[in-house]
Amino acid sequence: MVNLIWLFLLLTGIIVAGMSGRIEVVTESALHAAQTGVKTAFEIIGVMTLWLGLLKLAEKSGLVKVIAKLVRPIAVILFPSIPKNSPALGAIIMNLSANILGLGNAATPFGLKAMSQLQDMNPNKEEASDAMITFLALNTSCITLIPAMVISLRVTAGSANPVEIVSTTILATTCGTVVAVFLDRFIRKRYYRKKVKR
Amino acid sequence: MMIDFLTQVSRWAIPFLLFIIPAYAYFKKVNVYEVFVEGAQEGFTTAIRILPYLVGMLVAIGVFRASGAMEYLIKIIYPVTNLLGIPGEVLPLALMRPLSGSGALGITAEMIQTYGPDSFIGRVASTMQGSTDTTFYVLTVYFGSVGIKKFRHAVTVGLAADITSFLASVFICHLVFG
Repeated sequence: MVNLIWLFLLLTGIIVAGMSGRIEVVTESALHAAQTGVKTAFEIIGVMTLWLGLLKLAEKSGLVKVIAKLVRPIAVILFPSIPKNSPALGAIIMNLSANILGLGNAATPFGLKAMSQLQDMNPNKEEASDAMITFLALNTSCITLIPAMVISLRVTAGSANPVEIVSTTILATTCGTVVAVFLDRFIRKRYYRKKVKR
Repeated sequence: MMIDFLTQVSRWAIPFLLFIIPAYAYFKKVNVYEVFVEGAQEGFTTAIRILPYLVGMLVAIGVFRASGAMEYLIKIIYPVTNLLGIPGEVLPLALMRPLSGSGALGITAEMIQTYGPDSFIGRVASTMQGSTDTTFYVLTVYFGSVGIKKFRHAVTVGLAADITSFLASVFICHLVFG
């Protein structure tokens, strides 16, 4: 599916630009975007290095296991395929907490660590595992308690009540998360039923 | 009150982690500095590993955005969303949100400026911006970092969550702000 979406974005872009007589924006934006990609990757090296160092400390000291143990009751329901006390659970929780607190750039290193630990227990290295999909469903639909960026935009624009959107944001994001978790379950069950039939 | 508390939590979270993780490790007799450096070594390679995935996705999104294809897409879906009572002004944001974080933030900022932060559209835009993440970015980077090629139903689930949050934003703002 991601292949199709990628192709759709690229080809539609080129066709529309060509038909509206502005084909040169394709070259311009493609080269510019490629550079942005490299810049983004380089910009996160520092943050990545810092948090992966701290995460190693948290792992070696057993702190990650303590966290994993705390959330076990929920984790068992959400991630039935992850063994109890797996360090992956600790990394997942740290990623989601960082997201919830709005610590965007600390979330990515934790998340990538969680992915690599999930990949270690994934039998098929090219295909996403159940736990990975559930994790990303939670991650992408995730609750942010403080949409700090939006609040500051509203302050700048002179809002009478810049934080009034916090409650609506939490409600809307909860709807998204609930749908993501249930849809993931539903599709997964169907997937295995089909597999068994084959 | 609640907001103040949460803001303080955000402000203190990183210093707290920087304090508690090394302190706990030292208490558990870990060679703190050596182990930190050992873990930190993966930082560079991890960042470089996701680079091709980032470039691939950003180029496709960049070309799509620059071409103006978005306006045509909006024209196609407008009749449907209009029936549902969704203001057409928020459609660009809804389409941009899963694709590009900076793009969506730009649109939100512009809408808040144009329509006012306390207008219905300004409130819906604010809610929408905060309620989902950049699904495509997260999926390509996270799966890319471990070499997963088949995403299975991850895209469907991610997009369903985005659409739900988008519809919920409009609906909830109708209820709360009238």
